[in-house]
Amino acid sequence: MIFSKRTSPYVSGKQDVSSIMRQVLYALIPGTAVLIWYFGWGMLSNLVLAIVFAELLEWGMLTLRQRPVRPFLSDYSAVVTAWLLAVAMPAFSPWWLIAIAMIFAIVIAKHLYGGLGYNPFNPAMVGYAAVLVSYPVQMTIWPAPVDFSVVHIDLGQTLQHVFAGSAQGWDALSAATPLDAVKVSLSLNKPLSDIYATGQFGLLAGQAWEWVSLAWLLGGLWLLWQRIIGWQIPVALLGTLALMASVFWLIDAQAYASPLFHLFSGAAMLGAFFIATDPVSASTTPTGKLFYAGGIGLFTYIIRTWGGYPDAIAFSVIIMNMAVPLLDYYTQPRVYGTKRGLQG
Amino acid sequence: MIQTLHKLWRNHGGLHLDYHKEDSNAAPVRHLPMAEELIIPLQQHSGYKPTLTVKAGDYVYKGQEIASHTGFMKVPLHASTSGTITAIEERPIAHPSGLSDLCIILKPDGKDDWDNARMLAYPNPSQVDGEILRQRICAAGIVGMGGAVFPAAIKLNVHDNIPIETLVINGAECEPYITCDDRLMREKPVEILRGVQIMMHIIATQRCLIGIEDNKPEAIAAMQAAREELGDQRIEIIPIPTLYPSGSEKQLIKILTGKEVPSGGRPATIGIVCHNPATARAIYRAVVLGEPLIDRYLTITGKGVAQPCNVEVPLGTPIQHLIAHSGGYTPAAKRLAMGGPMMGISLHTDQIPVVKATNCILVSDIPESEQQPALPCIRCGRCAEACPANLLPQQLYWHSRARDFDKAEQYHLFDCIECGCCAYVCPSHIRLVDYYRFAKAEIRTQRDAKTKANIARERHDFHQERLERAKREKAEKLAKHKAQAQTTTDDGKKAAIQAALERAKAKKAEAAAQTTTGETTE
Repeated sequence: MIFSKRTSPYVSGKQDVSSIMRQVLYALIPGTAVLIWYFGWGMLSNLVLAIVFAELLEWGMLTLRQRPVRPFLSDYSAVVTAWLLAVAMPAFSPWWLIAIAMIFAIVIAKHLYGGLGYNPFNPAMVGYAAVLVSYPVQMTIWPAPVDFSVVHIDLGQTLQHVFAGSAQGWDALSAATPLDAVKVSLSLNKPLSDIYATGQFGLLAGQAWEWVSLAWLLGGLWLLWQRIIGWQIPVALLGTLALMASVFWLIDAQAYASPLFHLFSGAAMLGAFFIATDPVSASTTPTGKLFYAGGIGLFTYIIRTWGGYPDAIAFSVIIMNMAVPLLDYYTQPRVYGTKRGLQG
Repeated sequence: MIQTLHKLWRNHGGLHLDYHKEDSNAAPVRHLPMAEELIIPLQQHSGYKPTLTVKAGDYVYKGQEIASHTGFMKVPLHASTSGTITAIEERPIAHPSGLSDLCIILKPDGKDDWDNARMLAYPNPSQVDGEILRQRICAAGIVGMGGAVFPAAIKLNVHDNIPIETLVINGAECEPYITCDDRLMREKPVEILRGVQIMMHIIATQRCLIGIEDNKPEAIAAMQAAREELGDQRIEIIPIPTLYPSGSEKQLIKILTGKEVPSGGRPATIGIVCHNPATARAIYRAVVLGEPLIDRYLTITGKGVAQPCNVEVPLGTPIQHLIAHSGGYTPAAKRLAMGGPMMGISLHTDQIPVVKATNCILVSDIPESEQQPALPCIRCGRCAEACPANLLPQQLYWHSRARDFDKAEQYHLFDCIECGCCAYVCPSHIRLVDYYRFAKAEIRTQRDAKTKANIARERHDFHQERLERAKREKAEKLAKHKAQAQTTTDDGKKAAIQAALERAKAKKAEAAAQTTTGETTE
């Protein structure tokens, strides 16, 4: 009788990369559903285009790099990247904008660095940052959430806009995001109470947007509960952001937005639970994760408040990605039977 | 529910696994008919091979010494039954390399005759000097029976400068499937505890902690009852939470005492000695009954075997024989391993015999996940969460794979106990432990090569220096001789010349004086 010669262990756990990625996708559903509720076909078209481009590029790069296509295509990592980019980009983004973002994400940030597991930067955020700095106009035109608008955009109009360019009167439908509105108003020296009085704002942050953030939070908590992600990154990121916002808000509540506004605006929740938690580009030690995510929270507040962009999750994540090797090296846990600190 | 007042400490990491203990732990241990042929490998312990004391054709009695332990780190072997030594030759043994090694082949005569091969019994060991008992444990060929096979007598050889405060008995049996210690603790608790008392006498300690995972309530109850029976207050039976790998020596010591064995050190350096219940029982039998270690409890289990069970068999029994008496293989039998599914050694053939280390024969199928190729590491850190040594397996993997061994050592590669937790949880199905085994082996090879090179260089330098010194000394000696010879000859000549000159002068002076006198007198 011939027996297998493989070495121990002979048993393995149930989880694999694709099941982890699938659970991340499930957790993205509530937030995405709320976005679709408010932005209709525009968000759906983002999603479909991003996923199609991502899978095509992934397949193309795997083939060029002569890597096995099937195991890597079925790991869903490209779908997660595409999904995160699609929900971060303005609804009704033109096809070429999405394509460029996906090329930066999949080709440059992921495969040119060696593919899954080898990318030092978060691919979705590289793609996002690339199109944000290259096409600031297109990237900051968010349509007003449907609730606010009397005009309903159907599938045909969406396709025309996405593939053929702007239809007439399209600009009228756009509205500044809450973060943008606050930033612009503050730069005009208006007190925050005036801005809040415009009726665009709900209990926590911008109307519609606060619901999107709550839905991301819900999905994120589910990921925590399923132990797909650890507590360190979301807690440190949101904690630092809230702490910074609280300090300045307590100093001057008219010139600095409240911590709740910061937590429930822009990509804070999406970033804390879905983007910064990308294991490949994040710090890998428990303590390192706290510093890594704390740094993202800090930079996000700084750029949002004093920088040139209304939101800053993408830039903050990329900045902190660069610090990861250093963080990992200096935050090693104490090994059994040793004193704290590095050996040799 | 069994209550304990003993405080327990928590280790980092660990896993809850599918234990499959009930597959084999229900029925009492079985004794099988003697195999046709026993294969007794010479090397059954960590250390050096003992010296053969028999040759092919010899008749041996049960318990008779067949290889002796004179020398460092050697453990003797004894005939598991009476019969004839038919050959001493290379046979496949249970080793990860799959290579063969020297074995004594014994053909049983069926009489199972001890004759007078039993050693002198000490029915009352507490009256006997500890060192004599320790020598007996050595002579009985007892090694750690939990799998590490470290010579028990050496472990019990404690030095006066570090007093041993605690004896830890490792009844955790944390690996899935294995139940032989469970059965042993249920069936022979008094023998185990009497062995424990002997050990406590030898190492002069007043405290013994017996840790047993709480998934073995019957074993805990049996051990506690036996403790009551012996009335020994120094011994505590402590149920510990079931969590793999709590049965790893270092981890169990932390759980029971809160102390950590220093990296690279032995438990004795923190005043602890740790032994397995089967070792304790073997010590009892060696001391009180005078019987050497010639058989053991082991589990035959897994999906690939029809009737999983526990057996007590003579050492040297071929695995094939065990399987045949456990209902044979099932169609699921695709893998044969000695030990559990987390740390066992895979065997390529069932011709391999039971040795002192064999606690389990696991016949299993091959799960589907194993056929999948490994994906790249996504640095998710699940391995670090599971690691009982609190290592960063993802970093160790990275550096081992890159052959950056210095970095791997900086990340404490040698504190890895190869428990397999990291590989179990890895979502990319990377065979992490293999990378660590590889890196450790490479580093050891490099160290050996370096040591050898250093020795060779030192010898060469010394040789060179010696040659030069000899040359120098010779030259010096020669120069000295020459100089000496020269001075002596020179001096001689000079003196001779001087003497001649002086003689001439004196003559001249005499002549002159005569002339002058003559002239004046004339």
